[in-house]
Amino acid sequence: MPSEADAPLIKISCVSKYFDSFQALKSVSLDIGLGERVVVCGPSGSGKSTLIRCINRLEKYEDGEITVDGVVLSDARESLDKIRSSVGMVFQQFNLFPHLSVLDNLTLGPRRVYGLSDQQAKHRAMTYLERVRIPDQADKLPRQLSGGQQQRVAIARSLCMEPRILLFDEPTSALDPEMITEVLDVMTELAETGMTMVVVTHEMGFARRVADRMVFMDQGEIVEIATPEKFFTAPDSKRSQDFLKKILNH
Amino acid sequence: MIRLIASGALVLTLSGCSGNWGWYVVNPSTPAGWTNLQFMATGAYYTLLLSVTAIVISVVAGLLIALPGLSDKPVLRAINRVYVETVRAVPILVLILWVYYGLPTLTGLTLSVFWAGVIALALSDSAFQAEIFRAGIQSIDKGQYEASHSISLNYRDTMRYVILPQAIRRILPALGNQLVYMLKMSSLVSVIGMQELTRRANELVVTEYRPLEIYTILVLEYLVLILIVSAGVRWLERRMKAAET
Repeated sequence: MPSEADAPLIKISCVSKYFDSFQALKSVSLDIGLGERVVVCGPSGSGKSTLIRCINRLEKYEDGEITVDGVVLSDARESLDKIRSSVGMVFQQFNLFPHLSVLDNLTLGPRRVYGLSDQQAKHRAMTYLERVRIPDQADKLPRQLSGGQQQRVAIARSLCMEPRILLFDEPTSALDPEMITEVLDVMTELAETGMTMVVVTHEMGFARRVADRMVFMDQGEIVEIATPEKFFTAPDSKRSQDFLKKILNH
Repeated sequence: MIRLIASGALVLTLSGCSGNWGWYVVNPSTPAGWTNLQFMATGAYYTLLLSVTAIVISVVAGLLIALPGLSDKPVLRAINRVYVETVRAVPILVLILWVYYGLPTLTGLTLSVFWAGVIALALSDSAFQAEIFRAGIQSIDKGQYEASHSISLNYRDTMRYVILPQAIRRILPALGNQLVYMLKMSSLVSVIGMQELTRRANELVVTEYRPLEIYTILVLEYLVLILIVSAGVRWLERRMKAAET
């Protein structure tokens, strides 16, 4: 029996999810430990985004169970409070609040959810803006920033809630190539601080550098779980090999 | 401004074309004309008070009615639909009469002419406001809800700090239109005796027998009022746009 401390932070057991008659997840199981960095990859429509959206209940699932930090996800208040306070998410389209300044984007959650004073929230926001290296943009509106800067603000906004787990849903897919690096650098630094991260991405260089484990999905199933070294050099399944051939050959 | 001068010029031209005008009835240089003019113009106070009170109430009511319409619970959506469809189907004039003469009998409350007018106008407008809010809120990208969810905001805070501030900016032109519409519809409250612009004009016509001049003044009164309000709404829109950049 594993002790309490060894129990996985996120435990996904046999989760199935349907969009009408289309089955997006087919009995998916995955455990993620504290401090682990997991990169999820796979062809589009493979269910990778859906999977991580299930972890913070942006998607509901018909079958199976997910526990986060020992609490089973459900619509119960206790469960919602738990995921909300421990799981953060960074989106492909940033989803910053366009009518609020960068600073207000960051302080809104801490003020309303944790009841921080304006001063405390601002202090916390500036700490994380420095972490993502854009403290000088605090008073601007999101649309006055470049895509890369916006995504870094979005990461800082998530960090302001001080989550235990950070989910990334294709965080660089909407960025111009020259801005991808600055976002990946911030994510790499974050990984070095010991944050538990689940990242859906096509950035294989980043995956190779940062991931503890690679999860390869196809057609709603987890096909292969391996260390990056193994996954990129000698993947077991035919489907992984085909996928890697396609994305690494351009 | 140009439109204002043009409309004034139009009236002067019209009066020049025909011999049947009798402007003395509202001629500000004669004591009687000045009194009449004052009597008419002061009705604007009630027209404005009525319209603005009604629109404030109907905006709040419209928002409260729009929210269940956006729910994923069919029962709540049905309540929204029934309200909107029912209220929209009743002519405003009928609603005014019903609220003033019918509602007191039903509830035992006595309503002043002013509040009966406000309630009827607000009730009628609330259905339209609800539809405007619903469209405005629906136009906000679902990523905004997801981001709010991901930073743990509850429904109320999500609406208050994220969705509504953006939705209201988008629907502001439509709200401006509703205010203009309300200013015009408030003339119907004259039938229950509200001393607003239209009622005052009617009373003056009865004593002076000069409908052409008096109603022409009435038209101009509404025109000026609405042009001012429209300009105000446009100014507000520009200011909000400027604040964004």
